[in-house]
This record gives sequence, structure tokens and C-alpha cells, in this order.
Amino acid sequence: MSEHSEHIVSPKIYATILIALLVGTVVTVYAAKVDLGRWNIVLALTIAVTKMTLVILFFMHGKYSSRRTKLIIASGFFWLAIMLVLTLADYTTRHPEPSRSQLAPVLELQSHPSSALAA
Amino acid sequence: MHRTGELYGQFQTLEQQKESATLGMWVFLITEILFFGGLFMAYTVNRHAFPTAFGVGGNMLDLNLGFFNTIVLIASSFTMAMSVWSAQTSRRKAVPAWLVATLILGSAFLGIKVVEYKQKFDHHLIPGHNFDVTYCSRNKVACGLNDKEVADEQKEIREGIEAERAPGASEQEATVALNAHAQLYFSLYFGMTGLHALHMIIGAGLLLWLIFEGFKGRFDANYNTPVENIGLYWHFVDIVWIFLFPLLYLINRHLA
Repeated sequence: MSEHSEHIVSPKIYATILIALLVGTVVTVYAAKVDLGRWNIVLALTIAVTKMTLVILFFMHGKYSSRRTKLIIASGFFWLAIMLVLTLADYTTRHPEPSRSQLAPVLELQSHPSSALAA
Repeated sequence: MHRTGELYGQFQTLEQQKESATLGMWVFLITEILFFGGLFMAYTVNRHAFPTAFGVGGNMLDLNLGFFNTIVLIASSFTMAMSVWSAQTSRRKAVPAWLVATLILGSAFLGIKVVEYKQKFDHHLIPGHNFDVTYCSRNKVACGLNDKEVADEQKEIREGIEAERAPGASEQEATVALNAHAQLYFSLYFGMTGLHALHMIIGAGLLLWLIFEGFKGRFDANYNTPVENIGLYWHFVDIVWIFLFPLLYLINRHLA
């Protein structure tokens, strides 16, 4: 016998998770047909994240892994968050470059000797 | 290929050896998370920019097939987990049996995907020269729609065109814009589901190898690292679909 101390997840837990995932799938389909406005996408993603968490914790044994492995799993999502947050921060705050006509008064001001010196 | 449960020289214990294998698999899966993450990012940015066209595109997918496929894939994750359990508890004959079940479910998923792709081909929804988002609203027989379905389709296309209409633009210009942005949606749809399907095909190949070795009784409580790690890969592919399904199929169903 080897000296494995691995945790063996019982079929009972696997079956419970299977049922939870199937219920989640049915709920997300029905919820999608109800008009919740902007909350439709929030609810759909909440259910998806919950399903993912169940898969990682139980099917993928995340709950029973070593702390080192847990750190690696968490770091993956941390990097994903960096990509999503920084990219979206750019897309949601960047505005089209102002046209020349919009800049004109500023340019005029800067070219004026007194205002340029005053600044 | 080393034999079952053998300890390699660089490890002190089998436990350490096994944990290293799991850790390595997770590091690989992180690169996969970021790989798919880039596509999810592209989807988010473009959906934010063209919400109407993405909604019109999403509602053209077959919800029943997508729903059924989600069930099939979740069930395959369960059978995969059961094969890992069978190996861990040295049920040598059950290991390949559960793996065969997983392979059958995985193949069913891919088969349904083929049906869906074919349907999109018939409906002129493959990005390219013949892409036409209005096709089914004008050809109900070719798309197999009944009167109510085609009326819904026409209504949705009409609303889409209105939403895409820039100030002072003609109806034709607005239709071109809707078509272009719906094409963007379908490019992402085929890119994302295609990459996911490619992962499934690779997974099916890995399963075949596991089944072959499993029938030789190779996996038991002492040695089951390949079952465990390919299982991790299979569950990861399942997770990708768990996100693809709501994002691609469900986004605008409440407006349909």
C-alpha cells in the first residue's frame, strides 16, 4: 500500500453535485426567459460562477487539495481578474480623441503670448 | 513509460510525487483559463459595444440543443469523477466502464454541436461572404419556421435595425450595420465554441488512451495519476461550457 493520504470523495457527494448542477442549469434557462432587465446577465453569471465553484471544489477535489494547490488555483483567477479589470477599465473610461475643432480654443489660448507666460 | 505506482528519483514520497503531478496540471489549466479568458474578454467588449446585434444573434441559436448539450456535458463530468473514484478505490473494472460512459457522453455533445453548426450553415449564419442575419426572416421554409416563429424573427430583426440606425442613416445602412455586428457575434460564437469543441476532441483522444490502459487494469489506488489529471482537464472543459452556455445562448432570451 502506498502512503497516499489523498482524500477520496464519495459517489454520494458526486451525485449530489451532479443534481445541483442540473438544477442550476434548469434554473438559469427559466430565469433567462423572465425579463429582469439588466439583472438577467447578473443572475446568469451568478449561477454560472456557483456551478463552476461546485465543479472545482468537488469534481476537481479543490476542497481537499493541499494549500499549495489551492494557492495555484486562486492565482489563476487572480490573473484572469487582472486581464478583465484592467482591460475593461480602459474600455469604459477611454473616450474618442477630441477633434481639432474642439481643441481650437485651447490652442488659441496657448498661442497667446500673455496666457502662455501666465501659465 | 514507468510502471504503476513507482517512485521517481527526484521525489521523496509517492504522496509528494502525486501532489506535484496535480500541481503541474493546475498550472497548465491556469494557462487554459487565460487562453479562454482572452476570448471571453473579446466577447464582453464587443457585446458591450453592440448589445442589440449580439442579442439578435444569441436568440438565433437553438436553445433546446444548447440546453440538452449542457446536461450531457455535466453528466459526462459526473461519470469522469466516478472513474477517478473507481481508480482510487481499486475497482479496476469499473474504471474503463465509467470512462467509456464519459466518452459516449462527450461524443454525443460533439455530435449535437455538428447538428447545430449545420443548422447555422443552412441559415446563412456562417461569417463570410454569404452571411445574412435577415435570411430566416425572409425564407421561412428554408429555415423550417412556422408562421409565429417567422413573425417573431421579423419583429426582432426590425427592432434590431431600428436600434442600429445611426441618426440620419437609411434603413439599408442600418441593415448593413446590424448584419456586420451580428456577424461579429457569430465569429465569436464559432471561435469560442470551436475552441471548446477542439478541447473536447483532444479530451476524447486522451479518454481513448485511458480506456485502453484501463482495460489492462492499470489504474488502482496505488497509481491513478493519469485518470485524475485527465479528469481535471475534462472538468475544466465542462467549466468553460458552463460559461459559454449562458453568455452565448441566454443573454437576450427575455426579449425574444
